[in-house]
Amino acid sequence: MSIQVHELTKIYGEQKALDNVSFSIPEGEVVGFLGPNGAGKSTCMKILTAFIPPNAGRAEVAGHDVENESLELRQKVGYLPEHNPLYLDMYVKEFLHFIARIHQLDRPQLRVREMIGITGLDREENKKIGSLSKGYRQRVGLAQAMIHDPEVLILDEPTAGLDPNQLSEIRKLISDFGKNKTVLFSSHIMQEVQAICDRVIIINKGKIVADENIDLLSRNRDDTEVVRLKLKEAVSRKQLESIPEVKNLTVNGESYELVFDSNSGGVEKVFQWVNENRFTVLHLERKESSLEDIFQLLTKES
Amino acid sequence: MWAIYRKEIIAFLSSITGYLVISVFLVLLGLFMWVFPDTSVLHYNYATLAQLFDLSPFIFLFLIPAITMRTFSEEFQAGTIELLSTKPLTDFKIVMGKYLAVVSLVIFALLPTLLYFYSIYDLGSPRGNIDTGAVWGSYFGLVLLGATFSAIGVFASSLSSNQIVAFLLAVVLSFLLYLSFQYLSKLPVFYASIDDSIQSMGMEYHYASLSKGLIDSRDLIYFFSLIGFFLFCTQIKLSSRRW
Repeated sequence: MSIQVHELTKIYGEQKALDNVSFSIPEGEVVGFLGPNGAGKSTCMKILTAFIPPNAGRAEVAGHDVENESLELRQKVGYLPEHNPLYLDMYVKEFLHFIARIHQLDRPQLRVREMIGITGLDREENKKIGSLSKGYRQRVGLAQAMIHDPEVLILDEPTAGLDPNQLSEIRKLISDFGKNKTVLFSSHIMQEVQAICDRVIIINKGKIVADENIDLLSRNRDDTEVVRLKLKEAVSRKQLESIPEVKNLTVNGESYELVFDSNSGGVEKVFQWVNENRFTVLHLERKESSLEDIFQLLTKES
Repeated sequence: MWAIYRKEIIAFLSSITGYLVISVFLVLLGLFMWVFPDTSVLHYNYATLAQLFDLSPFIFLFLIPAITMRTFSEEFQAGTIELLSTKPLTDFKIVMGKYLAVVSLVIFALLPTLLYFYSIYDLGSPRGNIDTGAVWGSYFGLVLLGATFSAIGVFASSLSSNQIVAFLLAVVLSFLLYLSFQYLSKLPVFYASIDDSIQSMGMEYHYASLSKGLIDSRDLIYFFSLIGFFLFCTQIKLSSRRW
């Protein structure tokens, strides 16, 4: 196991930021850590990178305990803190050299060159970090986190505040790295997690509310199947109701939404019905329940 | 540790602060030593560097806090302390790297004043008529004094994420430890009883003792304990996030 968290609890004053959290991540897996702001994502990551200790519970990263073997742990973990703090008056190359020296790498020059290449900072290497755009700063942040080729990468909101182009570039960097390393990254955007990884851990108010494959997540929590249909011919409501097992239907001008019980094969039934009546289909799809809906369902105020 | 040291030195020398601090120190000192008639060596008729060693502590009192105020405050303000603390570095190494960089800068500012020493040495009549032992003792004391002010400043900076607060704290703490015991000992209650012990709690007493050219282990122990104490407190403060 690359990351093993056992009954972790962190209390700030009166507030429980983490409440008995347990999960484990095997080597080489990319996992999204999801939750609304203030759910405890950052706190958990700070504990995993040995920045702050937990009040109770144990956590192990790359085989090292966060409290007793924190120096060894920090050697094997790459961390991008929230808001990506950097020394704004340092030059990109200078900064990466500094980090390489802290890690006491054998050939810092070579490694810095390599990281600049990997993160696409070639044209910015002689600029001050303070003069870079947010997307490039994020690359510098990722470069410093990955410079010592860590076993585990922990990224706290690596894509916050980026524009769509920058977003897909950073996502690509993370997925590339995740091909042979363990990555835990946090986000509050569901689509993003879906784009990068398969497994998601959702946390709310310090408690884990879901920990599973992202596709199962939507399927397991959905008890209806909605089919969208658009036909060339005009059909009456009555005709639509004749489709077997339709529970509900809405008509939106030319297109219809038909609701079935989940696992009742709604799309097949509609297709058969269309065939039997020899209509011309313009559009037929199963509407996936949006990930946002599930996220809200899991994390809404209770 | 040396990575931090290097970074801090480069930060001083690539920004205006480092140069400004060194120039202010040298300009003020140069004015008092060579230009202002009341204090100028040239009007004093004695080949001595007493002015240098009397004035420097007061300039240090303000300049060193100006150097140290950013050391930790800036890291807290920008959040970069999280970056440093999650690298394979102990808190002790972070503190030492930063501290040694400040002390290096202070020594660096003092180096050009060796030229004053050479000038007086050369101008003396007969040539070289200067108490060399006292001068080296005073330099040694001045470096120790600067190193102690630096430790106080680094500690003050670790207390606040606001650089102004860090600066003022450092000035007040340094002043209290440097001079206040000297003044306190003048209170009538202490007179002729424990006034000497009270004086010996302040830095001024030990600095003056070193200035005589006599390097006494008691003075060394005093300065090194103060430095050790403040660096230790800084480290405790840094580690306190773990409590």
